[in-house]
Amino acid sequence: MDLSLTLKGQVCDLHLKNPVLTASGTFGYGLEFSTFGDLATLGGLVVKGLSLKPRQGNAVPRIVETTAGMLNAVGLQNDGVEVFCTEKLPRLPWRDTAIIANIYAASVEEFAALAARLDGEEGVAALEVNVSCPNVKAGGALFGQDAHLAAAVTSAVRAAAPHKHIMVKLSPNVTDIALIARSVEDAGADSISCINTLLGMAVNLSTRRPALANVVGGLSGPAIKPVALRCVWQVAQAVSVPVVGLGGILSAEDALEFLLVGASAVQVGTGNFLRPDCAFALAAELPAACERLGITDVTAFRGSLQWDTAC
Amino acid sequence: MGNERLTGRPLCAYKEGMSQPNFCELDVLDLVPFGQSGKESRFFALRLTRPDWHIWQPGQFVMLRPDNFGLDLPWARPFGICHMTARHMICFFQVRGRGTQRMSRLRAGDRVRAWGPLGQGFVMEPDSPTLLLAGGMGIVPFVGYVNLHPKPWNVSMLFGHREHISCYPVDSINEHVPVDSLREQQSGDLDNFIYTIQERMRDLAEQQGLVLACGPTPFMRTVQTFAAELGVRCQLSLENRMACGVGACLGCVARTSSSWPDPHKRDSPVQVCTHGPVFWADHVVL
Ligand SMILES: Cc1cc2nc3c(=O)[nH]c(=O)nc-3n(C[C@H](O)[C@H](O)[C@H](O)COP(=O)(O)OP(=O)(O)OC[C@H]3O[C@@H](n4cnc5c(N)ncnc54)[C@H](O)[C@@H]3O)c2cc1C
Ligand SMILES: Cc1cc2nc3c(=O)[nH]c(=O)nc-3n(C[C@H](O)[C@H](O)[C@H](O)COP(=O)(O)O)c2cc1C
Ligand code: FES
Repeated sequence: MDLSLTLKGQVCDLHLKNPVLTASGTFGYGLEFSTFGDLATLGGLVVKGLSLKPRQGNAVPRIVETTAGMLNAVGLQNDGVEVFCTEKLPRLPWRDTAIIANIYAASVEEFAALAARLDGEEGVAALEVNVSCPNVKAGGALFGQDAHLAAAVTSAVRAAAPHKHIMVKLSPNVTDIALIARSVEDAGADSISCINTLLGMAVNLSTRRPALANVVGGLSGPAIKPVALRCVWQVAQAVSVPVVGLGGILSAEDALEFLLVGASAVQVGTGNFLRPDCAFALAAELPAACERLGITDVTAFRGSLQWDTAC
Repeated sequence: MGNERLTGRPLCAYKEGMSQPNFCELDVLDLVPFGQSGKESRFFALRLTRPDWHIWQPGQFVMLRPDNFGLDLPWARPFGICHMTARHMICFFQVRGRGTQRMSRLRAGDRVRAWGPLGQGFVMEPDSPTLLLAGGMGIVPFVGYVNLHPKPWNVSMLFGHREHISCYPVDSINEHVPVDSLREQQSGDLDNFIYTIQERMRDLAEQQGLVLACGPTPFMRTVQTFAAELGVRCQLSLENRMACGVGACLGCVARTSSSWPDPHKRDSPVQVCTHGPVFWADHVVL
């Protein structure tokens, strides 16, 4: 079964050999997982969030296991875009799989500078814009929680990287995700991925302290799948650009649930920690899962959810 | 219950080249409780079918995720590799929380997902006088270490522990190298242990020897301080919380010192799972 697809963007398309990608921050730069499977069998891989300058991230503890999930407050530690382009990218199989650079910044200008730096990199197939980060200049409000700010980032990145597919990654920590989705689509996004982590916290009863040094962190893993499905379903109805779904995906069946509610492709995140071959196994099993469920035409299956009562 | 020996011809370590971490599904062969009879055990030797990797070094570890973790415990847990033969791999663990509690209920035939061997092990210098310092479960990597050391007469061990000695795989070490053990039961015992560590490290410093330590963080801090004062070469194994074990999640980081070899990574967070868990004592800030 041919599962290849093209995410048809408003400006740039993104071709994927299959709909299985790995999620930013859970798969390193891909190289960390290259002994557990063949990276070239994945539809694509989204690398750890890149910033213009290297960042040290938050204090430890940065991660904590919760029931059917985990919280992280890594604080976007990374080596910076230069090190990525010169040391990591050349070692990745970018001719055989789509390498997607996840980017984040503290201001609209910085987002544009990052996008411009990556626009000329042949090995980068697309940029995924992480708007779930604070806008330092605007008092720390998250870009992704304000439709105007999210649109401003999107159009700045769009203009700075005219040769790249621009995927905007939405935060679920908003009142109306469809509203944000529409505004980034209007601002020129080629596709939308969702969801990023849900804001949460955990505490330690014996020490009476928060479990994370940062106090709050982002919840991910199987626990968030229902929220993710709901978000993807709402976004897919609100926009006409392709949607990439993620949040708690572990199996081929999970992936197909996201396609059913309207996703074109999926990303595997925390699943990579349950077993490091999770994404590879999922990609390999997808054709058999389709067959089991009688899905002969994946394109027709996408977004084919039927429901009775609208909400 | 007995303090059984973890026997069998050990598999080669310290071969040329880096070992590649691998993922495999292993079966539980058996779970042997350690400790005094009549008491519910919290210490176990877990014997698994052998993973398909061939090269490993003591101090390296493996991520284990038994099927009985279900979906509610999504993370695997890191454990030192205790021993490996052509037929099996042995890990040794103490029940601490939810995960190890479930591991204590494993039975022969249960399935465990495993990936390893991970991280950097301890150095082995056959001709250097070597002092092993273990605190509690910190004894685990040294079982493999003394088993594989070509000149065990150059090695000795000091072991500090809280529970009865029969809870720990001491016999597997005793048969190769002498073990001095000190049990912490009342106030004063800890001071005595710390004093002994310092004296033994002083001896090693005079002999230009090597000190290798594994145990809880406060213990590692003490050893690190003495190593700096005495100018003795020393490696420490760190226990940080881990999710992936392969350097991807950035959850397990420790801070490097200004002596870290790579100038770009000085005074920065580095992954314990890939750069460690074993570090030279002067390379990290605890
Ligand atoms: C490199 C390395 C090697 C280790 N080797 C051994 C060994 O050989 N034998 C042994 O008994 N233990 C070992 N440990 C500690 C062991 O991993 C923890 O005791 C175990 O993860 C506790 O899990 P839990 O679910 O029972 O505890 P919980 O408290 O329920 O765990 C919750 C989370 O915190 C983490 N965590 C809790 N305590 C520790 C700890 N002390 N160190 C690291 N993470 C912790 C767990 O991994 C888990 O993700 C090692 C740790 C590391 C990092
Ligand atoms: C440890 C960790 C680090 C992450 N880092 C990033 C990041 O740098 N950029 C980003 O956009 N999302 C990051 N995420 C969010 C994931 O990409 C993903 O959106 C989220 O975890 C939900 O998917 P999952 O449930 O499959 O993990 C991170 C998640 C985790 C668990
Ligand atoms: S455990 Fe994930 S980076 Fe070390």
